[in-house]
Amino acid sequence: MLKYIVKRILLAVVTIWAVATLTFFLMNLVPGGPFLSEKAISPQAQAALEAKYGLDKPMSQRYLNYMAGALHGDFGDSLKQRGRTVMSIIAMKFPVSARVGGISVLVALVLGIPLGSVAALKRGKPADSIISVIATCGIAVPSFVICTLLMYFLGVKLGLLPTMGLESAKHYVMPVIALSFYPTAYIMRLMRSSMLDVLGQDYMRTARAKGLAGGKILFKHALRNAILPVVTYVGPMLAYTITGSFVVEKIFVIPGLGGEFIKAINGRDYTLIMGTTIFLATLVIVMNVVVDIVYKLVDPRIKLK
Amino acid sequence: MGEYLVDVKNERLSFFTPAGEVKALNDVSIRLKEGEVLGIVGESGSGKSVTAYSLMGLTAHPGRLLGGELYFNGHQVEKMSEKEIRKFRGNEISIIFQDPMTSLNPVYTIGNQITEVIRLHTDKTKQQAKERARELLELVGINEPDRRLKQYPHELSGGMRQRVMIAIALACEPKLLIADEPTTALDVTIQAQILELMMELKDKLGMAIIMITHDLGVVASMCERIAVMYAGRIVEYGTTDDIFYHPKHQYTKGLIRSIPRLDTKEHERLVPIEGTPVDMLNPPAGCPFAPRCDAAMQICLREMPPVTTFGDVHYTQCWLNQKEEMEKGASHE
Repeated sequence: MLKYIVKRILLAVVTIWAVATLTFFLMNLVPGGPFLSEKAISPQAQAALEAKYGLDKPMSQRYLNYMAGALHGDFGDSLKQRGRTVMSIIAMKFPVSARVGGISVLVALVLGIPLGSVAALKRGKPADSIISVIATCGIAVPSFVICTLLMYFLGVKLGLLPTMGLESAKHYVMPVIALSFYPTAYIMRLMRSSMLDVLGQDYMRTARAKGLAGGKILFKHALRNAILPVVTYVGPMLAYTITGSFVVEKIFVIPGLGGEFIKAINGRDYTLIMGTTIFLATLVIVMNVVVDIVYKLVDPRIKLK
Repeated sequence: MGEYLVDVKNERLSFFTPAGEVKALNDVSIRLKEGEVLGIVGESGSGKSVTAYSLMGLTAHPGRLLGGELYFNGHQVEKMSEKEIRKFRGNEISIIFQDPMTSLNPVYTIGNQITEVIRLHTDKTKQQAKERARELLELVGINEPDRRLKQYPHELSGGMRQRVMIAIALACEPKLLIADEPTTALDVTIQAQILELMMELKDKLGMAIIMITHDLGVVASMCERIAVMYAGRIVEYGTTDDIFYHPKHQYTKGLIRSIPRLDTKEHERLVPIEGTPVDMLNPPAGCPFAPRCDAAMQICLREMPPVTTFGDVHYTQCWLNQKEEMEKGASHE
């Protein structure tokens, strides 16, 4: 186990380095720069700015400088948000997105697992059809449509919920619904198919032949086996969801990290692009390791190598 | 009724599939005394397993019992509620399945899966149940039982897993053990071991066994009575001697002809039963075996044969036997 974790950490370092390197060169290949979009800057001023942030040096030099800084935990200052370090931006925005995203993932799990199981147990019956239709909608309908519909009906027409900001618990309702819709639908489908698979297994027949009651059979013998695909999916999904969604944050005016990704790219905020990308990559990798460990705990057949 | 542990009378059971009704069991009757071993022989789909499962109330959806009476130890199974039947399952009637590789839950330890059934049907404490599980593993011939209790199914071989399944089945000392092709998925050498173990345990614990198999060799060595099933009917029923030395039904004769023998001449071919099993969705009007039967007569194709009895136990459902018996009767007069 310890050996496995050490191995995964080493592997993670290599992966993050590769992600950082690729991102660095790709973003520099894109035309434009952080100071070009603002109009009427004199060539002298621009040169001075570029010199200040080291953008006048050759790309290889800048890459080495950046990497050296990153190794020491210095991800630089934002090029566009003057006076803020990349780290401080992430530290400020991430908790906001993480809170909304974390609640959404919880909702997705709490709804998706039981509903998917019910669909499997009631296969071919009305409950299954209803759940399947909802699941298909959840996967097919893009989040901006859901956001807009929610906002129109719950926010504007009925006036039940506030449409922007995150001041109170009420403010969380619509963003959480919008964010959890897709993962809920996805988990329902995963759960339904894996539960159907498990219900047909011989060991379920054994459980019945032992004289166990239905609930015990379901919760002890079926659920633990059926939940594995969901575990696999939830890891990376959690990483993406807690880092925020640009669309949902934009529509509900949530000051989260999701918006920063897009703002950074549009503004060629090189250091912020690097910072957010490395942050997301690290989260995804950590989540995958966590998934592997959880997997091992749920299914003893799996060996971590 | 009281003297029999199992008394199934004229059981009829169908599966209602989208393609139509499959008559899985037609007038099946089975009787078994305490401590007796009954073999049910037949090819796939002949209704062997369905007969046994229905006795435990384990008929799979979309199967439905249409008629007949099923008594177990004086209780009428088909009239019991699900909750009442659950008290029997794993307790008074246990079952061993065909494939030990998949019949144990992969995510729980052997110990957990054995103690589960003990704790369910007795009021033993956790510690007592564990002790009993240890005993059971020893009983079924598993070495290092303490270590095995903590192991997962995938860490054991097929033969070992089947022994664990037997341990689970015997945990509450059942009156009836149903063995559904318990050796089919095992190596030949292991097969013999498992069968030997079952007979040994039967003598020790005195339970009755219903042995479901398509292997006549298995029933010959183990069973006192044999029911030969074909297309959801018992076509011949008798003691082991009746079936092996005086088979009457053409299907039984065919089965026996198709067993390899040690005393045949070199290069002698086995005689297969020609044709394929009946289509259970569209069974023929007459005897279901008639299309494959060498000796089929006109009436065989039209009408279902009645029961012909030979002595106390032995009976068949065959027009040919009926005809022979009638001729015999006529010549006596």
